[in-house]
Amino acid sequence: MSHRVLIVDDEPNIVISLEYLIKKEGFEVAVATDGEAALQQAADFAPDLILLDVMMPKKSGFEVCQALRADPAQAAVKIIMLTARGRETEVAKGLALGADAYITKPFSTKELVLQIKSLLA
Amino acid sequence: MKAKLRFILAAGVLGLLMTGPFALTALLLFADAKEAERAAFAQFLVPRLPLGALMTLLGFIAGLALLRGLFQQYVHGLLRMAETLRLMLGANRNFRVAPEGPPEVRELGRAANDLAQQRDELLNDVDEQIRQAKASVEEEKNRLAALMSELAQGVVVCNLDGRILLYNSRARLQFTALAQGPTSMSGGALIGLGRSIFSILERGQITHSLETIQQRLARGSAEPTANFITSTRSGQLLRAQMAPVLRTGAGVATTANVDSPPPTPPAWQGGDNTGSQAAPAQGGLAAASMGAPLEVTGYVLTIENITRNFEREAERDQALQLLTDGNRAALANIRAAVETLIDTPDMEADYRERFTRVIADESAAMTERLEATMNRFADALKTRWPLEDVLGVDILAAAARRIEDRLQLLIKNEDQDTSLWVRVDSFALIQAITFLASRLQEHYSIRELRLRLVAEGKMVFVDLIWSGKVVSSETLYAWELEPMSVGAEISPLTLRDVIDRHGGEIWYQRDKAAHNAFFRIVLPAAIMSGVQAMDPVPHVRSESRPEYYDFDLFAARDAEGSGIDPERRLTDLAYSVFDTETTGLQPSNGDEIIQMGAVRIVNNRLLRQEIFDQLVDPVIPLKPEGIPIHGITEAMLNGQPRLDVVLPAFHEFCAETVLVAHNAAFDMRFFQLKEDSLGVRFTQPVLDTLLLSAVIHPNQESHGLESIAERLGINVIGRHTALGDAFVTGEVFLKMIPLLADMGIVTLRQALDAAQKTYFARIKY
Repeated sequence: MSHRVLIVDDEPNIVISLEYLIKKEGFEVAVATDGEAALQQAADFAPDLILLDVMMPKKSGFEVCQALRADPAQAAVKIIMLTARGRETEVAKGLALGADAYITKPFSTKELVLQIKSLLA
Repeated sequence: MKAKLRFILAAGVLGLLMTGPFALTALLLFADAKEAERAAFAQFLVPRLPLGALMTLLGFIAGLALLRGLFQQYVHGLLRMAETLRLMLGANRNFRVAPEGPPEVRELGRAANDLAQQRDELLNDVDEQIRQAKASVEEEKNRLAALMSELAQGVVVCNLDGRILLYNSRARLQFTALAQGPTSMSGGALIGLGRSIFSILERGQITHSLETIQQRLARGSAEPTANFITSTRSGQLLRAQMAPVLRTGAGVATTANVDSPPPTPPAWQGGDNTGSQAAPAQGGLAAASMGAPLEVTGYVLTIENITRNFEREAERDQALQLLTDGNRAALANIRAAVETLIDTPDMEADYRERFTRVIADESAAMTERLEATMNRFADALKTRWPLEDVLGVDILAAAARRIEDRLQLLIKNEDQDTSLWVRVDSFALIQAITFLASRLQEHYSIRELRLRLVAEGKMVFVDLIWSGKVVSSETLYAWELEPMSVGAEISPLTLRDVIDRHGGEIWYQRDKAAHNAFFRIVLPAAIMSGVQAMDPVPHVRSESRPEYYDFDLFAARDAEGSGIDPERRLTDLAYSVFDTETTGLQPSNGDEIIQMGAVRIVNNRLLRQEIFDQLVDPVIPLKPEGIPIHGITEAMLNGQPRLDVVLPAFHEFCAETVLVAHNAAFDMRFFQLKEDSLGVRFTQPVLDTLLLSAVIHPNQESHGLESIAERLGINVIGRHTALGDAFVTGEVFLKMIPLLADMGIVTLRQALDAAQKTYFARIKY
C-alpha cells in the first residue's frame, strides 16, 4: 500500500507542483489550504506525512504542528515544515515543536522528494 | 577697671607693709613694759608722732609712685599690646606693635611682630596657592564648557532625584526641537536647571539603567555605563548613554570659603563650586583607587537624536526584507514548476500549460512586487530596535528581582550559563519576562518559577520553567498579542513586539520526563570581542583619568522637591519671576494680556537662558494710549498665539516654582479671570516685590520697580517689555532676600506673612 501525503499550503501555485511531483513518486495525495482544514484532513485522510507551510490563514503551521503533536492518534505522522522565512530562530522553533524536517523556500524539488522518501522509509 | 582695682589693692598692701611692722613693734614693747616705763615711753613718743607719720607718708608716696610706674609699664603696657595684637589678628593684618616701655615689654612686642610677620607670609602663601588653584579650576571649567558646547551630542547631568544640574546647548537644542505645542514657545522649557528629567525621559527607563550601572559597578566593570533607546512623546527616537557620577565616602570641603560664583560661561549652566568631590566615571574609576566605597550621586546622560538615521536605516532594511523574503515564495513556486517540467519531458499538454502559467504568473508577480517595493520603501517603516550587548545572567537577575518585588513570586536559578552575552533591549525583555511570570501566577497559580539560560550555536535560550500545571499553547498565542501589563503598569508593546524586536522566537514546551513545562524565549547571542567579554574581570585603575569635577553639583539638595513647603528658606527655593504687558489697567473691564515674559531663579541665581517670552494676540483692539508704553503694535500681534495657548504653556513653565512679580496682584487678577475658561489654575505661592519693598523700606515713598531698582543699585535696561521687567524684578528680588533675612524673614511663610501685613496689601484691583 502506498504512503499518503497531505500538502498544506494556501498558495495554489506551489500546490500544483508539489501535488504533481509527489503523485509522480507514487504516493497518494490530499491538499488543504489553511490550518483548520489541515487538522481536519489529518484526521480524515490519515496521512503518513504532512508538508506544512508556516504562513497560512486561520492557524499557522506552528499551531497545526503543535496540535498534531499533542494528539496521541497522530503520533506517527511525519511533518516537514515549509517556510518562506529563513530565520534560524524559526527553524529552531519548528523543530522544537515537533517537526521532523524544516525546509526553506525556495527549495530543490529533488531534495524535497529525497527528504520525503527518507522520512517514509 | 580690673587693673585699677588691683592697683588700689597693691597700694593698700604697700601702706600696710610700711606702717604695720612699726606699729606692731610699738604695740609689743608697750605690752611688755611696766607702768612707769609705759608713761615714759608715751611721754617720749607722742610729741614725736607727727614727724614719724610725715616720714612714713613721704615713704608711702614714694612707694606709690614707684608702684604706679611699674603698673603703667608692665600692666597697662601689656594690655595695650594685647589690644594691638587683637587688631592684628582681626581687622588689620598689617598693623604692628609699637615697641615702647621697659626692655622686657619691648622685647615681647618685637617677638609678637616677628610672629605676625611669619603668619603674614604663610597667609600670603596660602592665598597665592588658593588663587592659583582657583585659576586652574576656572581654566578647567572653561575648557570643559568649551568641550561640552563643541559636542555634537547633548549632555545632561542629573542628581539621583532626576533634577537637571547641568546641560549643554546641544541638549537644549535637541529638546527644544522635541518640544511640541505650548512648550516650544518657552524655548524648550522642559530642560532647565533644577527641572526633572522625567518630564522628558521615561522614569522606568532611567531607573532601569541606573540599576544596570549599579550591577556593573558591583562587578567592578571597567565601563559601568548603560545605553538605551527611547522614544519621546512626540515620537522621536533618542539614543542615550548613561554614565554614573561617583563619589567616595569622604567628602572634603577644601574650597569652603570660595563662595563667589565665578562668571558662568555662556554655553552651559553649572552649579556652585563648593563642597566635595564628584567625577564623571566614564573610562575609569579613580575614585575606587582611593579605597573608599563608591557611591553613585548622579549620572551623566549623553543624548543623540537618531530618529533620522534610524528612519533611513529602517527604510533600507525594509527594502532589503521585501526583496529577499518577499520573493522566496514566488521563487519557490517557479523553481518547483521549472524543475518538474524539466524532469517530466513527456508531460501531458494541459499539465504543461498549467505549469507554464505558474511560471508566467509568478514572474509577473515578482516584477510587480519589485516595482512596488522600489516605490514604497521611501515611506515604509519597519522598526528594528537597536540592541545592546548584555550579560545574560544580568538580565535574569534583574528580571528575578523585579518579579520577586512586584509579584512576590519565588524565583530560582537553574542551569545559568554565566558566560553568555545576548543582544537585547534589556528593559523590554525584562518587562516581557515579568509579564509572563505574572500571567502564569494569575492564571495557573504557580508558586515557583525557575529561570534557565543555555546556549545552542548562535542562539541563547531563556527558559521560564514551572512544575505541574499544563498550559495550552493557544494561551501563549493569546498572551503574545496583548499589551504587556503587570499590575497597574501597562506597556504599549506586546510580547510579540518584544520578540520581533529581538529577531527572536517564543514557544511553549513540555518536558514530560522532568514533569515540568516551560516557555522558551530564543534570542540571538551577542558576538563579543575578546576585550568586552573580559568585562567581569576587575579593571586596572587608570591614573590618567581627566578630572573635571571642580563644581560640586551633587551636594545640592533637591532644589524643588515635591510641592512647595512654606517652611523652606527663601534661598533654597526655585522661582519663576514674570511680568505681563496688557492693553490697559483694568482686567475686570475687558483689558487683555498682550505679552508675557518670565525668567527662572534656581539656587539663588537668575538663569537668563531659561526664559519665557511670548507675545499674545488679545483678540481685542489695542488702545492707542498704551502703545508708547509697551511699544507693541497691532502688526506685531498679528499671527501670535492667543492666551488659551500661551497661558497653559506659561503654567507648565512655572511648574513647581514660587511665582514672583512686581505688583503681582495685578497680573494674578488677569490669570484668575481666565482660570475657568482656560482650565489653568496657578495654585503656587506668589511673592510680590512691591509688597516686599514696603516690608523692607516702610518709610520710602515710592515702591515703583524703577525706584526700588535704583535704591538697590540695579541697572535698569530694557524695561517695559515683559521679559525685561521680569529680569529687573528678578534682580530686585535676589537683592531683597538678604535684606529680608536681616529682618528675621527667612522662610517663604515668613515672607508671605510679612507681605500680607503691609499697608499695600489692602489695595485691590
